[in-house]
Amino acid sequence: MIRYFLKDRKRKGTVMFFLIQICLLPACTTVKEYQKNKLNDSEMNLGNRKAEKSELNFQSYREGASGANSGKSGGGCGCN
Amino acid sequence: MRRIFLTAAGLIALLHSYSQVIDSSSFKSRQLKIDEINLVSGYYHQEGNNAAVTGGIGSQKLTDIANVIEVKLITYDKKRRKHTINAEMGIDHYTSASSDKIDLKANSSASRADTRLYPSLSWTRENESKGTSVGAGLSYSGEYDYQSFGGNITLSAKTKNRSGEFTARFQAFIDKVNKIAPVELRTGASHDRDEPESARNTFASSFSYSQIINQQFQIMILGDIIQQNGFLSLPFYRVYFKDGSVDQETLPDNRTKIPLGIRASYFAGDKIILKGFYRFYTDNWGIRSNTANLEIPVKITPFISVSPFYRYYTQTASKYFAPYQVHTDQNLFYTSNYDLSKFSSSFLGAGVRFAPPSGVFGITHLSMIEIRYGHYSKNIDMNANIITLNIKVK
Repeated sequence: MIRYFLKDRKRKGTVMFFLIQICLLPACTTVKEYQKNKLNDSEMNLGNRKAEKSELNFQSYREGASGANSGKSGGGCGCN
Repeated sequence: MRRIFLTAAGLIALLHSYSQVIDSSSFKSRQLKIDEINLVSGYYHQEGNNAAVTGGIGSQKLTDIANVIEVKLITYDKKRRKHTINAEMGIDHYTSASSDKIDLKANSSASRADTRLYPSLSWTRENESKGTSVGAGLSYSGEYDYQSFGGNITLSAKTKNRSGEFTARFQAFIDKVNKIAPVELRTGASHDRDEPESARNTFASSFSYSQIINQQFQIMILGDIIQQNGFLSLPFYRVYFKDGSVDQETLPDNRTKIPLGIRASYFAGDKIILKGFYRFYTDNWGIRSNTANLEIPVKITPFISVSPFYRYYTQTASKYFAPYQVHTDQNLFYTSNYDLSKFSSSFLGAGVRFAPPSGVFGITHLSMIEIRYGHYSKNIDMNANIITLNIKVK
């Protein structure tokens, strides 16, 4: 699987992009619970809204790609 | 002596009275109770001219109405672990101009409409003191020509300082496809189908890691590995060859998908939030895609927000795709389904969210209403509109 990703330049670039994000993680500051008022705002949620469920469904039906978005990854429907 | 005795008695009484104070902040109810109920309704309408049922040409007009009710129950056990049960029931009803053409001669056949039911049940146990949780779920989806049974297991753990969380989820779908062929390609005596059911199985592993960067910024990295085996075509999709002959769509019996994604949320100032998402996708059918999404919730008041969004998507064609009357019978696998062709798409819209503390319209238990509208268009002559309503009751 590693060779598959490193085979061409575009895939290599994508892997580098994600590795750089992982390397930046140790630069994070520790945030105490009483400092999380903005992080705990409902609009800051990293997950999908409930109202996005139908949108994720039609996108998985109408596009070739799926997954990595907490929506359908394949299976469970007569779709791609 | 009497003074010493009275002082000691007073001290003992004082200590006894302190030990009787009940710490109500750590009290966790062990009764199973409803935490919230969500109702989500969506209306979807699409138009296009590349229907797969008619070999890549013809109307793609389709209307879908979806309704989902989700009930979330919580309780605590003796060890103060939080148990959450989610029970969900969904029902979709669609009408489609293209699936009506499974019989090319019919003006209005039974296949023009269908209803899908999809209940699911999941359970999660969270240990708040250790920062770990474990969960499991079951799901079912049934429509006229497709049945699916699904199961999943989820594990997550937070870092020591609670600023990071790792989650792993394993899903399996054991599906059955009823092989309903286009009418003119049926050879058997059966009115509806030529061959019995075929199996389609999907196994997915999903991994994510979220991290708080600072008081206003957090990110999440996601990745899946998905393996599908079995009958992966749709039996009523036609393919017209160069010589004018026709056959059912034929695709390989295995597919490996690898999507990688990253999400970020940033609270800029006091009223604006920037939410971004990027996904790279590749599979062994030759499809490679990029997805980029930006949403900007603006807090008009602390309880009302407006969220415009824009999503851009682009994909390469599957190596098995070719348009109408381009395939030859020398090809082992072939499809004219334009969802597997090369295209790019835009999805533009906005949502409005109301969540006043006293309840929407003054109704205490009606804690939130959200409405979203979006317009979707592909550069291959297909477009759609979707409007969704979410009502939360607490």
